[in-house]
Amino acid sequence: MDTLKLALVQMAPALGLLERNLEAHLAWLATPEARSADLVVFPELSLTGYLLQDLVAEVARPIQEERLLAPLLAASRERDIVVGMVEQSPEFLFHNAALYLSGGRIHHVHRKVYLPTYGMFDEGRYFAAGGRFQAVETRLGRLGLLICEDAWHLSSSYLLALQGAHTLLVLSGSPGRGLTGGGPAASVQTWERVGQVLSQFLTVHWAYVNRVGYEDGLAFAGGSYVSDPFGNLLLDGGENVEAIYRADLPLSALRRARTLTPLLRDEKPELVLRHLEEIVRR
Amino acid sequence: MSQPIPPPVNPELALAMIDRFLQEELSKTGLSGFVIGLSGGVDSALACALAVHAVGPDRVLAVKMPYRTSAPQSEADADLLIGRFGIRSEWVDISAVVDAHFEGDQGASALRRGNFMARTRMAVLFDRSSMDRALVLGTSNKTELLLGYGTWYGDMASSLNPIGDLYKSQVWQLARHLALPESVVAKPPSADLWPGQTDEGEMGLSYAEADAILYLLVDERCTAQEVAERGHSQAVVAKILTMVQRSQFKRRLPIIAKLSQRTVGIDFRYPRDWGR
Repeated sequence: MDTLKLALVQMAPALGLLERNLEAHLAWLATPEARSADLVVFPELSLTGYLLQDLVAEVARPIQEERLLAPLLAASRERDIVVGMVEQSPEFLFHNAALYLSGGRIHHVHRKVYLPTYGMFDEGRYFAAGGRFQAVETRLGRLGLLICEDAWHLSSSYLLALQGAHTLLVLSGSPGRGLTGGGPAASVQTWERVGQVLSQFLTVHWAYVNRVGYEDGLAFAGGSYVSDPFGNLLLDGGENVEAIYRADLPLSALRRARTLTPLLRDEKPELVLRHLEEIVRR
Repeated sequence: MSQPIPPPVNPELALAMIDRFLQEELSKTGLSGFVIGLSGGVDSALACALAVHAVGPDRVLAVKMPYRTSAPQSEADADLLIGRFGIRSEWVDISAVVDAHFEGDQGASALRRGNFMARTRMAVLFDRSSMDRALVLGTSNKTELLLGYGTWYGDMASSLNPIGDLYKSQVWQLARHLALPESVVAKPPSADLWPGQTDEGEMGLSYAEADAILYLLVDERCTAQEVAERGHSQAVVAKILTMVQRSQFKRRLPIIAKLSQRTVGIDFRYPRDWGR
């Protein structure tokens, strides 16, 4: 494989309506853009909506026995799919989860580690935190999954890149806010800056898919994008519109970037480890 | 040149976000349009303009609700807006209702009378919204909401508020961006609850100063001391903080004495767009 054919679905999930959202997922998967992709990525909590509050417990599902996923698993025989939902663990913990579906089965689950609980966000009240950033070996190479706030912690993408992930997929539910600068909302501009800087620092591809639509006055902003290992935008999606975007991520760009700037080669994880041990034990 | 405080909003982006907010919330409820009390002031003029921009003139109903002492200019300005927007309108004189209520109570203060007028207008709007299968559009701006300068369950009551996150100076900015009549935008803001009333006179504050101080305190999370260091009088900062604190009840649903495991408003928490 020399190109990762990626589709990002900038959709507007309905709040708390799993069946309706499943239908929407299947409709997006039937579009020409999705059908021409190797991997289709949906936003954070794409099957449930975001501002769930007490609905978290009502839309949470044990993923291994969830019939809702059956049509998506069937579709994953054609191409890999990443969706967001609330996972109910065997211990009845509820996770904000991203599921990597491939070959008709759940290939990997990432559980959001960093649950924002400040300002307009209250995730720590409703969700249990995940405990790992695990790069995942797929038929498309080694990938990393992050959910929204995860990406705001430098260590998350660093750990995934050091594990060999060549492409980081960021599923987001970010409301647009900050209208007093020029151009797009401040939150949209910040997300682009974060991805461009991190993709260049880590010499990885970085694909960000944000949802749109309104929940209780929050305007999820869209603005999905892909940044390449040089920090250049390969795709810059529109704001506030439902859309599916296609981008071809050439793996040759990774080789060129890492030849020109072998930052990953020169990383010193053992040094970081020593420092972290000192910091943690202090 | 330094930016004014609060800075102006990106008007096209604000319009796009408010358009979709109004469109989506209307379609989620399945109702047919918006009803708005049009006073002739800039806040309701802007809210009305935004509604027309979002869903078109056929789905917006303006209601003029004068009291017998209301300034004639208020109604003239409302008529000017109705003509310009090409929307349907109704005229409901609230004088008889208000006067009947206060009959035999001639000593009622201007404040009590004003609050009763605001609540009578609210009752008319919600009744009209039921007839029309419409949502009542709110017209309180962020400055008023934070200072509590409005009547609880009166003009502060609505189903949906498109301008509640815009300071007064940003309301003026957007109103001018949409080319609303200068007679509406430029006149001194007034609740027009009694003759000669102006917001700034009643509050003892200018909107320019209130907006700047609120923006620094609320949006930028400056301390009172930091706001004062930016050239604002400590007394005015303290006055504004007191107004915000004392009006907190107006920004909340009534609090409930908690007795059970799950209590409305405390630990029974669902979004309003639940299942929509």
